[in-house]
Amino acid sequence: MPVNAGLATLSDHMFTWSIILYSLALVAYCGEYAFGRRGKVASTSPEQVLVAAGAAPGPGAPAVKSVSAPPKRPRVRTPQAERFGRVAVAATVLGLAVQLTSLTLRGIATHRVPWGNMYEFASVVGAAAVIAYLVVLIRLPQVRYLGMFLLFPIVVLLFLAGTVLYAPAAPLVPALRSYWIAIHVTTISIGTGIFLVSFVATVLYLVRRRWEISVEAGRTPTRFPVTLGSRLPVTDVLDRMAYRTVAFGFPVYTFGIIAGAIWAEAAWGRYWGWDPKETWAFITWVVYAAYLHARATAGWRGTAAARVNIVAFATMIFNFFIINMVVSGLHSYAGLT
Amino acid sequence: MTADPEATVRPDPVDAEPDGLSTQPAPVRSWHGGPLALARNSWRRLTSMRTALVLLFLLALASVPGSLLPQRPLNPTKVDQYIADHPGWSKILDAAGFFDVFAAPWFAATYLLLFISLIGCVVPRLKAHGTAMLSAPPAVPRRLERLPSADSFSAGGTPEQVAAGSVRRLRGWKTVTRVEDGGVVTVAAEKGYLRETGNLVFHAALVVLLVGVALGKLWGYQGTVLLTEGQPGICNAVPLYDSFRPGKLVDGSGLAPFCIDSLDKFSVDYDPDGTPAQFRADITYSLGENGAARKDVLEVNHPLRVEGVRVYLVGHGFAPRFTVTKPDGTGVKNLSAPFLPQDPRTLLSEGTVKLLDTVKPQLALYGTFAPFAALGPDGKLTSLSPQPGNPGVAIQIYRGDLGVDDGAPQSVYSIDQRQVAIGALKQVATAQLIPGKAVTLDDGTKITFDGYSQWATIQVNHDPGQTLVLWAAGAVVLGLLLSLAVRRRRLFLRITPAPTPNSETVDNSAPVDDGARPDRDARSVVAVGGLARTDAGSFGTEFARVVEQLRDPSPVRKD
Repeated sequence: MPVNAGLATLSDHMFTWSIILYSLALVAYCGEYAFGRRGKVASTSPEQVLVAAGAAPGPGAPAVKSVSAPPKRPRVRTPQAERFGRVAVAATVLGLAVQLTSLTLRGIATHRVPWGNMYEFASVVGAAAVIAYLVVLIRLPQVRYLGMFLLFPIVVLLFLAGTVLYAPAAPLVPALRSYWIAIHVTTISIGTGIFLVSFVATVLYLVRRRWEISVEAGRTPTRFPVTLGSRLPVTDVLDRMAYRTVAFGFPVYTFGIIAGAIWAEAAWGRYWGWDPKETWAFITWVVYAAYLHARATAGWRGTAAARVNIVAFATMIFNFFIINMVVSGLHSYAGLT
Repeated sequence: MTADPEATVRPDPVDAEPDGLSTQPAPVRSWHGGPLALARNSWRRLTSMRTALVLLFLLALASVPGSLLPQRPLNPTKVDQYIADHPGWSKILDAAGFFDVFAAPWFAATYLLLFISLIGCVVPRLKAHGTAMLSAPPAVPRRLERLPSADSFSAGGTPEQVAAGSVRRLRGWKTVTRVEDGGVVTVAAEKGYLRETGNLVFHAALVVLLVGVALGKLWGYQGTVLLTEGQPGICNAVPLYDSFRPGKLVDGSGLAPFCIDSLDKFSVDYDPDGTPAQFRADITYSLGENGAARKDVLEVNHPLRVEGVRVYLVGHGFAPRFTVTKPDGTGVKNLSAPFLPQDPRTLLSEGTVKLLDTVKPQLALYGTFAPFAALGPDGKLTSLSPQPGNPGVAIQIYRGDLGVDDGAPQSVYSIDQRQVAIGALKQVATAQLIPGKAVTLDDGTKITFDGYSQWATIQVNHDPGQTLVLWAAGAVVLGLLLSLAVRRRRLFLRITPAPTPNSETVDNSAPVDDGARPDRDARSVVAVGGLARTDAGSFGTEFARVVEQLRDPSPVRKD
């Protein structure tokens, strides 16, 4: 069936708008961060935070929730910060809605699931990461201002998607015309988006950890990334955020790989053939498994486990960019020429 | 290697490892004690979590060259090219197995050690888990208020009554009621054993998965054959395939008894913009000897599954057809040979039709076939589209000795240039033809381009382990979900008799136990403490909810 050019163009416009909205949200998160009262977030104990977060459950919008905060939760925000934070979340949600519309339109325009090339895949990963962040926000509203650290890589990813990786709306090659694309690529991209959130939490964990070490040693951190530590949540909160996102993303990603193997059996004649993409998916899987184990091993807990998480995400990024764009294999569906 | 991803908060006799990991306490550092001690220490070290972690990293690292260097099983031509381009160190890489990483001994050593480590860790844990499931939850700690979650309330009834009511309310928890001195009753409850069950299922499933993979590598096979429309097919026997990759223990006998009798028709559906939408191969096959002929259509993503094998359509192309007529009027009709696509987008293809016995001297028609012919700016034949709307060939005709009689194998797609170099084979004409047109050689031989047939590459795969692998993979996901989603948690109650209250504070509406008659005057103080032994998560919320249920004065529903 022919591609509907009008819808495809509309989809592209909405994609651009989603980047603009996310950028706006990014600025607002920076505002919340800048106006947040120094050090208060940091001094919140993890138990308090977790109990407080759990004490007021409910699906309501995150922005609304933080207004009716239970008295137990320590006051950590100034009114300006609160306003910036709400604008940020609103812009994030709006950006997500626009981005999802963009994806849907591309799907309708091409009569297929809208994740058949690198541009579309990157867009889905970005959307999955934003959704994962919003879910984390419902559970842990006090980490809202961390949105700036998450939206930054997402805006970069989407910008790359819209420029370097962009591929015009087109039908898929026969090998991709299978319902398995909806299962395999969806789960892999959701897993990737969740891992992105975990990666950001881990980087922040390492920064905060450095900061805590400095402060415990009686020094005042002056170097840039470490100075951010004073306004980050305590390491325990960041570590749990990193762990729980992986604990959720890992089974999803595992299922995605298995779905890929089932599809490969039907499409390529074998369930596993060490195609470069498969090999790197395997490497990523093994390193995330190592992360989960490292987190439970004496001597590996904390910083070392965090580094493993970072390596795991790096293998993911390598698989996405380098394997797709440089190494040739059966998964060469980038849509780039 | 089978740790709970969140280590235990408080070790207890059931799983006492401080790390919750290795099955073993501190490694004995001494080398004294003979070979037995050495073996025991080595075993402990191998099954320790740190070793497992190192092996995991090694496994990841060992896979890297498998994706960055060309690999023989994927593309032998690329490997040869690479070795030719990098003489010297590529020889060393080759000898070390870097061009077939996933079959290299060092790769096998890594994963085998990892799996031994895994088994050495899982088996003792399996035992420990069995014991834990059968034994009662541990004794209630002295000071409940020190647990991560703690609360207390007062309830009507004697400690025994309150305990009995609480146990009934703790549905789904494994509980044990114990009596302490001074009329104090304790209840210890535990929940979430499925976490460790999932953990063990996950690791055991990995072992099964490896077994399934091994079955495929040992007894699986893959045969590939190129079939041209209208020409006879093959049966499932090793010598009939163009290429055959046997598993390590396949001797070629006992292959599934079936035949692909013919490729009846190959076709491609195109989208209006010229993109291929589906490739289709109509085949006739039969099972067993002299089995009835059956029809099937092979498509991309839709193999034929029969007799434990899968039949795939893996490639396609064109085979131009010629008629050679000698000056005396005799000739050979329907001469054709598969031409190999050079450009996947236009299917401009290259190949050779060889006449070895039918004419003397031998003839070879070497050239290109274009499904949609056009002439490029250099006068060369090109193709505008993979759709055969305007087929054409550009051929060079060679006459002489093709050099096939000396026994050396040569490509069916090209001529042996050494024969040309020594003058045994001479180019006698070139021609660009459309169907129906002919070229006449100097000796009067006429070569007519009749048109084309299509060919398809058919692959027959057998993997006796893949069903097992699929089940194991399902168990891997199930085990993962359980071990990462379920939390093991404990709840402790210490119920102390309260001093008999005066009538003003009696809460008459609090019949704690609907079984026994509550002692109207008796009251108890209930101290509750709880902890999630792995990954606290939202345990605080759950704890609050459970305490709410425990202090709820309404009778427990019986259902």
